[in-house]
Amino acid sequence: MSGTVGAPVSRIEGLSKVTGEARYAADFPLAGLAHGWIVQSTIARGRVESVDAGAALQMPGVLAVVTATNAMRLQDVDDGELLVLQDQQVHYRGQTVALVVGDTLEQARAAADGLPVEYQAEPHDVLLSASHPRLFAPDHVNPNLPTDTLTGDVEAGLAGAAVTVDHTYSTPAEHNNPMEPHATTAFWDGDRLTVYDSNQGATRVHQALVRLFGLEDSAVRVVSEHVGGGFGSKGGARSQAVLAAMAARMLGRPIRVVLSRKQLFSLVGYRTPTIQRVRLGSDRGGRLVALDHQVVEQTSTVYEFAEQTAVFSRVMYATPNLSTSHRLVALDVPTPRWMRAPGEAPGSFAVESAMDELAEACGVDPIELRIRNEPVTEPEGGRPFSSRNLIACLREGASRFRWAERDPRPGTRRDGQWLMGTGVAASTYPARSAPSTASVSAQEDGSFIVRLTAADIGTGARTALTQVAADELQVPMDKVEVRIGDSDFGPAMIAGGSMGMASWGWVVVKACRQLIADIDRCGGVPDDGLVARADTADDIAAQADLVRHSFGAQFAEVRVDVDTGEIRVPRLLGVFAAGRIVNAKTARSQLIGGMTMGLSMALFEESLMDAEFGDYLNHDFAGYHIAANADVQRIDATWIDEEDDQLNPLGVKGIGEIGIVGTAAAIANAVYHATGQRQRHLPIRPDRVLSP
Amino acid sequence: MKEFGYERPAHPTDALAMIAGVAGARFLGGGTNLVDLMKLGVETPAVLIDVTALPYDFVTDDADGGLRVGSGTRNSDLAAHLAVRRRYPALAQAVLAGASGQLRNMATVGGNLLQRTRCPYFQDVTKPCNKRVPDSGCPARDGEHHNLAILGGSDLCIATNPSDMAVALAAFDAVVFVEEPAGPRAVPIADFYRLPADEPQRETTLEPGALITAVALPALPWAANSRYRKARERASYSFAIGSVAVALDVADGMVRDVRIALGAVAPIPWRAYRAEQSLRGQPATEVAFREAADAELEWAQPLRDNRYKVPLVRNLMVRTLIELVQAS
Amino acid sequence: MTDPYSLTVNGTDHQVVDAWLGESLLYVLRERLGLPGSKAGCEQGECGSCSVIVDGSLECACLILAAAAVGCDITTVEGLQPGRGDFTTVQEAFIAEGAVQCGFCTPGLVVALTDLLARVPHPSDLEVREAISGNLCRCTGYGRILAAAQAAAKAASDE
Repeated sequence: MSGTVGAPVSRIEGLSKVTGEARYAADFPLAGLAHGWIVQSTIARGRVESVDAGAALQMPGVLAVVTATNAMRLQDVDDGELLVLQDQQVHYRGQTVALVVGDTLEQARAAADGLPVEYQAEPHDVLLSASHPRLFAPDHVNPNLPTDTLTGDVEAGLAGAAVTVDHTYSTPAEHNNPMEPHATTAFWDGDRLTVYDSNQGATRVHQALVRLFGLEDSAVRVVSEHVGGGFGSKGGARSQAVLAAMAARMLGRPIRVVLSRKQLFSLVGYRTPTIQRVRLGSDRGGRLVALDHQVVEQTSTVYEFAEQTAVFSRVMYATPNLSTSHRLVALDVPTPRWMRAPGEAPGSFAVESAMDELAEACGVDPIELRIRNEPVTEPEGGRPFSSRNLIACLREGASRFRWAERDPRPGTRRDGQWLMGTGVAASTYPARSAPSTASVSAQEDGSFIVRLTAADIGTGARTALTQVAADELQVPMDKVEVRIGDSDFGPAMIAGGSMGMASWGWVVVKACRQLIADIDRCGGVPDDGLVARADTADDIAAQADLVRHSFGAQFAEVRVDVDTGEIRVPRLLGVFAAGRIVNAKTARSQLIGGMTMGLSMALFEESLMDAEFGDYLNHDFAGYHIAANADVQRIDATWIDEEDDQLNPLGVKGIGEIGIVGTAAAIANAVYHATGQRQRHLPIRPDRVLSP
Repeated sequence: MKEFGYERPAHPTDALAMIAGVAGARFLGGGTNLVDLMKLGVETPAVLIDVTALPYDFVTDDADGGLRVGSGTRNSDLAAHLAVRRRYPALAQAVLAGASGQLRNMATVGGNLLQRTRCPYFQDVTKPCNKRVPDSGCPARDGEHHNLAILGGSDLCIATNPSDMAVALAAFDAVVFVEEPAGPRAVPIADFYRLPADEPQRETTLEPGALITAVALPALPWAANSRYRKARERASYSFAIGSVAVALDVADGMVRDVRIALGAVAPIPWRAYRAEQSLRGQPATEVAFREAADAELEWAQPLRDNRYKVPLVRNLMVRTLIELVQAS
Repeated sequence: MTDPYSLTVNGTDHQVVDAWLGESLLYVLRERLGLPGSKAGCEQGECGSCSVIVDGSLECACLILAAAAVGCDITTVEGLQPGRGDFTTVQEAFIAEGAVQCGFCTPGLVVALTDLLARVPHPSDLEVREAISGNLCRCTGYGRILAAAQAAAKAASDE
């Protein structure tokens, strides 16, 4: 039996998606279903004085108006965003202040639109600045990393450097905007709660609902068979799941709560804006003698989220003097959360732009500069890498992109109204695994069923896990059914942190091997079948203390319209070293998708904070631009073969996020090469090109 | 959405009687803007009178050599029409530069003329807006205005008209035919839109209950040498940050006549009369084009975050004029 | 509430009773007629996930009042297949070319490209791009979708 791992297998659930049969969280028909519509605060800070539900309750079809005064009491959890309608405080504009429930969505919505809510408003503070008086150092940064690090003496290193670069780069708030808005359909069968929920991992939603409603594990089931994208915003339970479950309990009916596109801009997280000062010192040949990366970013007053923006600097380049720091301010804003490659995505924009500036200051080719600064061990801490192939990626990319033909002088290539340039940047993302459980059952007919609470948010996980199980069980893929997205299957890692395949693949391999051993021991599959279960907690705890990261190189070609400042990207190339690739077809799509989101980050995505009212103002797809097909021209992603036996039994590093890391810097560096104007603030909008 | 009634008359007289008979009644065309605004609570009509069954879906030749376009003509049909593409190419290009295939299939010419501003404050009923609620204030002037007006705004309103199509119609001196309670009227497009001044809630000179029936494009043989250029923040499917519709009649290196209209810079499709006047009879050179653009834009009153529109629109005007000289 | 009305969807007449006029065609398809294949991604015509064909014209169901669609011939993603178990060339091409990821934008794209290939059997790359310019995808980067359109056109002409 030849293996399927590595082959470009087509997506297993593809047919159900192209025919419209695939059921997402808002697609389940249930008898007696009612619809909830969220009413959001119109002040950014203060208290709800009153909600007058009288008129709303007289409107046709309106079943209930749930507010802090009549809402079900929830058990305390450490995430204030989930403690919805538990008190009268308003922490940000757009916070949930009521849920109107109606027989139809339009009835609920009509009542919600006119619902009188009285507030006691207080002055709000919503603008991030590097000089904010309430900046503080968080205890740690996401997920549990040191806030500040220091090796050597950065100030002395900078003072003695022959060449220095000292600039501030900034990135805006960006919203994940999966195509499927967050949605939950909830119903209670006696004391057992079932939710169809749109998330990146049913386990976490299950845990949250268990705690919030004070239930036994077995009393909650979270089902998430198909999920329409997440990009971090569905990484944990979101409040619509809590509201749906609560209202369903209160009304004794199935309830569906679907967020509108506009509501996603305040209720489900986003990437914090960042202000990053990067200081580099080097010798004349560009060898770093000091690197300092200082980050300022925001969180909310409801939940502390500290994006790990400077961690990029802790692994990238060799230098004897290295410091990184994060400072937060808690503003009256919605809580920022994960968005694809939290930390590395914004951090790489600043550092990889600064490296380009250093390359020019030293007169060294940007690729050569990175090669000269390649570390042997982790720059911050000195641990060995399990594998590190950044230089191979840079060289492979340079060859494919014809980098050697590049004239480094900026602002010298023109074709009609277009200025042309090319740029490069490096990428990295950690390769981690998290404990998961799975079961594999051998059926009498020779087929197998794998059950685990994995999520396929579009990554191809369902297909890749089927390949993994088929190879381990040494059967064709059609003999294996992988069932995912159901918390009844036991706890597992979410689809997040690029850890899905490493975590789930590991436990599936382990369960399959256990099953084969059991079958051998039994001398075959008994008439009533055989089930093997596995848990990887101990295996992961026993891993050696190594630095495990994927690396990559991103190349961009841009054209800048001198008249309008519009930018086109005719070519993007990414070369990655990400361990073993399980499915060449879905992996390429994942990497290209990440690069596309990086292009979108570079040129379009920006949530504009309205200082006067305190909300993100451009809260729809007309105002918040994500790349359309006309923006995407030639994007290629490829990878180098990388064997790393220090990762997990599959040797995978994860590919969901590295595609977005470094893309924006590569494009910004190409814009500099085209125009001679350095762009240190994202996105690089036409107005910023025209009036720098 | 608020509750509303719905009618779909087949005859114009019925439509006019219906709108006269009910307070708060509104005509509904393709719905691409009105239905959206109803969902946002910006528009709250008591009755929708769907005019898509009226006999206004046509494009015909006028006796004077011009073209007449029914108000119910879908944007995609207008853009695809051979006579439009040949005789008024800037109009076809402008329509195709707007929205998406789906929306152009739905949107009507009449509805496009009346689409409302995309100013974010206008679209959010939880915030003040002088256009939506007179005398409530304008947060845009100190707030987010990077895509709002540099020309023709007032202290009360700096919203921009979002239509691409209307910019081309302005350049071609289109005439809008309407049925009003007092009878039919032909409104030159220059008189169709109002600047906000102290009444930003009034966007056109139409009487309440007016029904747009058609738009006439007067004969203009040299309109075949016309072009629409649009700059935007995404390569497709987004509103303009600046646009120009230009028609040029050039002979022996001299500008005999020219039409220039600007989009996304003013509360109305902005006809650049000063630039046109500066160009007529002048040599068709880049220097003259720059002077003409400056003659128009010296009247611009940009704010903190929309100054870029001045060079943007100047460059668009100059480049498009140069291209039209080359195409002549 | 409004008077009962009838919608013709995928060749079948459906009675809609006890409905409210303000409901969009998208809502009625999804919640009243049991056809949730069309997706609600933005509800304002800015994403294309709800694309349906109305009297031969590709439109956004989210901006159409259901009552205004009375008398029209409506085709949704559920109505494209010749029969259960059969798939159209567009659907097959989407799977083979890897044009599907999360799948939420997929029904709208499949409908849009079906509409295109019915009008233009051999579209240029630019025509394909224009045909799906109103469909946003957040996962794929569009490249495989463009490839699927060409593969579907080729498969149709080979048949």
